[in-house]
Amino acid sequence: MSSIEMDHIVKEYGDGFQAVNDVSLDIADGEFMILVGPSGCGKSTLLRMIVGLEDITSGEMRIGGARVNEKAPRDRNLSMVFQNYALYPHLSVYENIAFPLRLSKTPNDEVEKRVNQAADVLELHEHLKRKPANLSGGQRQRVAMGRAIVRDADAFLFDEPLSNLDAKLRGQMRTEIARLQRRLGITTVYVTHDQTEAMTLGDRVCVLRKGLVQQVASPRELYEQPVNLFVAGFIGSPPMNFLPASLEGTALRTPFGDIELGEERAATVRGHDVLLVGIRPEYFEDASLVDEAKKPHGATFTAQVDVTEWLGDAQYAYIPYEAPAEVAEQLKELSEELDSEQLRTQAVVSIDSTSRIREGREAEFWLDTRKIHIFDPKTGDNLTRDAEAGRRLTEMAEEDRVEQMDRERV
Amino acid sequence: MSTREKTLWIIAGILIIIYALFPIAWIISLSLKSSADISNGQFLPTALSWENYRSILVGDASELFLPALRNSFGICLIATAISSVLAMFAAYAIARIDFRGKKIILSTALAVAIFPVIAIATPLYNLWREVGLYDTWPGLILPYLSLTLPISIWTLSAFFREIPWEMEQAAQVDGATPWQAFRKVIVPLAAPGVFTTAIIAFFLAWNDFVYGITLTSTEASRPVPAALGLFSGASQFESPTGPIAAAALIVTIPVVVLVLIFQRRIVAGLTNGAVKG
Ligand SMILES: Nc1ncnc2c1ncn2[C@@H]1O[C@H](COP(=O)(O)OP(=O)(O)O)[C@@H](O)[C@H]1O
Ligand SMILES: [Mg+2]
Repeated sequence: MSSIEMDHIVKEYGDGFQAVNDVSLDIADGEFMILVGPSGCGKSTLLRMIVGLEDITSGEMRIGGARVNEKAPRDRNLSMVFQNYALYPHLSVYENIAFPLRLSKTPNDEVEKRVNQAADVLELHEHLKRKPANLSGGQRQRVAMGRAIVRDADAFLFDEPLSNLDAKLRGQMRTEIARLQRRLGITTVYVTHDQTEAMTLGDRVCVLRKGLVQQVASPRELYEQPVNLFVAGFIGSPPMNFLPASLEGTALRTPFGDIELGEERAATVRGHDVLLVGIRPEYFEDASLVDEAKKPHGATFTAQVDVTEWLGDAQYAYIPYEAPAEVAEQLKELSEELDSEQLRTQAVVSIDSTSRIREGREAEFWLDTRKIHIFDPKTGDNLTRDAEAGRRLTEMAEEDRVEQMDRERV
Repeated sequence: MSTREKTLWIIAGILIIIYALFPIAWIISLSLKSSADISNGQFLPTALSWENYRSILVGDASELFLPALRNSFGICLIATAISSVLAMFAAYAIARIDFRGKKIILSTALAVAIFPVIAIATPLYNLWREVGLYDTWPGLILPYLSLTLPISIWTLSAFFREIPWEMEQAAQVDGATPWQAFRKVIVPLAAPGVFTTAIIAFFLAWNDFVYGITLTSTEASRPVPAALGLFSGASQFESPTGPIAAAALIVTIPVVVLVLIFQRRIVAGLTNGAVKG
């Protein structure tokens, strides 16, 4: 077990492309760190530099305090699960799992003991004699994990391990990985572009964009106190709504009416012609279902509902709105970068599943204005981020983790 | 498919089979005719005769044929083995490593492969006589390498390219040295490719006539195709058709056997993982 420290890591590929740009990241011993970001942002490159499959252009990588830049993969004692598993097709499941042990010339009875242990954990016993080609996706995935846990590696590295599985299996394997990591208490770096995996698995999440770190924080901090438009838009599903707005006195003028900010918050956002208000879908509610006591904390407005989606436990309403051309353009760019396919400027609103709001009609909505964030569209910065509150959220997550690990050790 | 269509297909199939197998049947029939029977004007021998086989295996032609058979086997196997190993390393480098001059190596290999053998046979004859390689095994193995290496490198590098990079990287992360990763992961996965290539290489060498006839003069190194050309009939006026047919059949047998053995390996390799191990 070891910590992993990255110090101003840069990766420039042979063709001059900077895939990773000045990344500094400390991963604590036993921590589950997620690298997340849209496809092509340099997650895999960073992971492969940790494991030694990619040279580091500049910066320093330390594992357990020792510099590893010049070490070959086999000397770093890390184990990795590849996206397509990279199982050896000519070897049985047993020999696949035993492969790292065979290389280290482990005696046969020890190999047998360890492989059986791994097979116990991953429920692979009845498949040990089979060849990987005959296994289902989930079973192959487990064999790949078996190969990773069979030796005492200093850390586990995962590169999108679940992206080839169907949705149901993905959910199962996700909890399995989380449980395994807690149980073994081994430092883990997990690459994904799936924000659900990022939110559910990670102690901390590092959001990358075009090779640059945007924010490193606990999932809750990312969700509640994002540093910029990119993080705010990336984390959360359905994604955060961004409404164009302008400041009039202490009120924000938005397509859904005015939002009163109060003098203190208004001061922090003053001086920008155009602002973007970030509102998560669940900050909205059907006004007729909101407590009278709660109503003063928000704003009420009426809007034409385009489409509603009833999912049983939740319900979404889509409300189109007009946006100035330049803002619309920017929102389009952002949603393209986030791999989302929002075609029109519309707000997604989460309402109670019992709500009687119907498609094509006018309806009255309530919006909890306490939780909104306001962004500068030019820089993308979050102008209303409460760094102190964010820090507390991440500290809480860290305390939880330490407590959980202590419990596992007992 | 209508019955009419089916019949047409069957007829076409039979025609093709006859076209392909008729010469072989003819050779078999010839090899079983006695020398008096050769020109009997009919396809089948009047009476089965083992005379031709006796002549090349124990009779007067055996002095020519048996050493040639030994030479052919030895020289071709050695040439195949060397070229397979060399081609494996070369193809691996070409498939995996980015180095300058990769294109040049590949196109040179192609150029060597299409260069007419007959054009270098004579210069080589002179050179070999100078350096003492004339009429020796190495004297044939070397030109055979030039025949077999280019095609081996090309086919093998295609095979290596098919093997995912990640397989090897996984092995390295698991603790393998580059050599161990090559030996324990790449070579087993490439085995079908290596066998296929080896077969092709073996045939190329086995079928060579020009080098065989030019660069040898005695039974010290003369291969079978060259020896067949030197068979003589019982008298000056009689052509040695029968013994040649018998010898042709005998040299075909190992080739067929080789294909059958290797084909097993190839199929086994290709379906690797699909069979219970
Ligand atoms: N060998 C390479 N040579 C040049 N560019 C590369 C190479 N590998 C990856 N890249 C580029 O680096 C960027 C990051 O790649 P990668 O780390 O694989 O992204 P992802 O976040 O999707 O895992 C991509 O834009 C990709 O095109
Ligand atoms: Mg990737």
